[in-house]
Formats: sequence, structure tokens, C-alpha cells
Amino acid sequence: MMEIGLTHFLVVSTLVFLAGMFCVLTRRNAIGILMGVELILNSANLNYLAFSRYSSVTYDGQMFAIFVIMLAAAEAAIGLAIVLGIYQTFHTIDVEATDTLRL
Amino acid sequence: MSEFSLFPIVFYLLAAVTVVSALGVALSNNIFYSAIALMGTLIGMAGMYLMLAADFVAVVQIFVYVGGILVLTLFAINLTSRIGDVSVSNRSIGRLPALGLLGVAAVVMLRAVVGGGWNLVDVGAAVPTIASLGNAFLTDYILPFELASLVLLAALVGAVVLSRKELKEEHG
Repeated sequence: MMEIGLTHFLVVSTLVFLAGMFCVLTRRNAIGILMGVELILNSANLNYLAFSRYSSVTYDGQMFAIFVIMLAAAEAAIGLAIVLGIYQTFHTIDVEATDTLRL
Repeated sequence: MSEFSLFPIVFYLLAAVTVVSALGVALSNNIFYSAIALMGTLIGMAGMYLMLAADFVAVVQIFVYVGGILVLTLFAINLTSRIGDVSVSNRSIGRLPALGLLGVAAVVMLRAVVGGGWNLVDVGAAVPTIASLGNAFLTDYILPFELASLVLLAALVGAVVLSRKELKEEHG
């Protein structure tokens, strides 16, 4: 069996990123889109930690991962508050319906 | 040396959980199932963080993502979905063009990943990282650390203001 190395983690991270990208591209539900963003942020974190482990002797990658998690928490709080605001105005969170600004 | 034979097995198990759950998030028609699958991805990711000797980040991942963001997401789903059409509450559009774009991205990214050429160092034994991270937070990273507290405060106030809009209108 092959030794587990940097490439294995990077492949997993790529697959999760692609799933998140597909989610963001195709979802009509705003919360579904936010979940896709969470997937993308997680895959980026996995990259940070994989490189921090296999390609560096410092903990800088882990620091960045912690800041990414912090920003993801802020993003989720604000994003979901906006979604609730959209629901109060449009009574749906289908992003196709929220086109008031469109010509 | 049973540790060395266990490492790949645990890795492949965690990778399978993570990737299958991520596909569930992207493909499920029911947004509740998507949210629960997201939990699988987040926990699998935390396990992989542990395998990368990032113990503190793994714990933060469980606390913040599974304990915070996921619960917040479930609350938002419950507050916005009409219970009646829950089974089709997570429709998708344009899957075919998205698949095309995805294919291009997959080819580029996988070629970059498998191509390799990374600068590798010897992987030492996994040591606890919390003390080093704490020192780094209060020395080299003191400015981002303080800025992070400001960002979180702003996000907190912003979320309250955004989701309490209807009270403001009542007061006139």
C-alpha cells in the first residue's frame, strides 16, 4: 500500500472543493449556496494544514486555518442573517426570485 | 509498529466519509439531508486535521463548525423553509453547464495536485501544538488576533441588526 503523503490530502481537498463549487453553481436555495461556501472554505483549510505538516516546519499554516475558521463563522452569521432578511421581504429564499434590482 | 499500518486505513475511511458527505451536500434534494451530510464532511475534515497533527485546529473545527455554524444553518432552515415542501426544498438548476465548468476545474486542479514538485520536509512525530499556537497568537500574530476580535464584534452586531429589522419598523 502506498505511503499516505501530501498528495493524498490534496486530492481529498480538491474533491471537496469541486463538490462545494458544484453546490454554489447549481443551488437555488440561498442556504444551500452558503453550505457550498463552507465546503470550499474547509477544503482550503485542509490544504493549509497539509502543507503545514508536509512542506513546512512552522505552524503558520495552522494559524491561517484558525483565522479562516473564524472568518467562516462571521460569514455564516452574517450570511444567514441576510437570508432571514430576504425571507422576511420575499417570503422565499430562492435566489432566482430575489431579482428586484435586475432591469 | 501497528500505527504505521493503521494510518492509511484511517485515512481512507475519513476520506471516504468526507468526500461522500460532500457529494451528499451538493446533490441531495432535501436541504435537511444536505445539512446533516455537511456535518459528516466537517467531522471527517476534523479527523483529517488530527491526522495532520493539527490537534487544536481539529478541536476548533468541531466547536465552531459542528457546534456553531451547523446549528445556525439548521435554525435558518427551520425559520425559512415551508414545512410542506421540505422534500423539494433544495432544487438545483443548470446542472449540465455546471458540470462542464466543473470538469475543466477538475482537470486543471488535479493536474496541479498530481504534478507535484512540492517542497517536502521530513515529517516528525506529532507533538501537541496548543502552546506554540498560543505563543504565536500573542507575539507574531498579535495584530491579526486583535483584528479578529474586532471582526467578530462587527459580525455579531451586524447579524443582530440585520435579523432584527422588523422591530425597528415597529418603533417607527
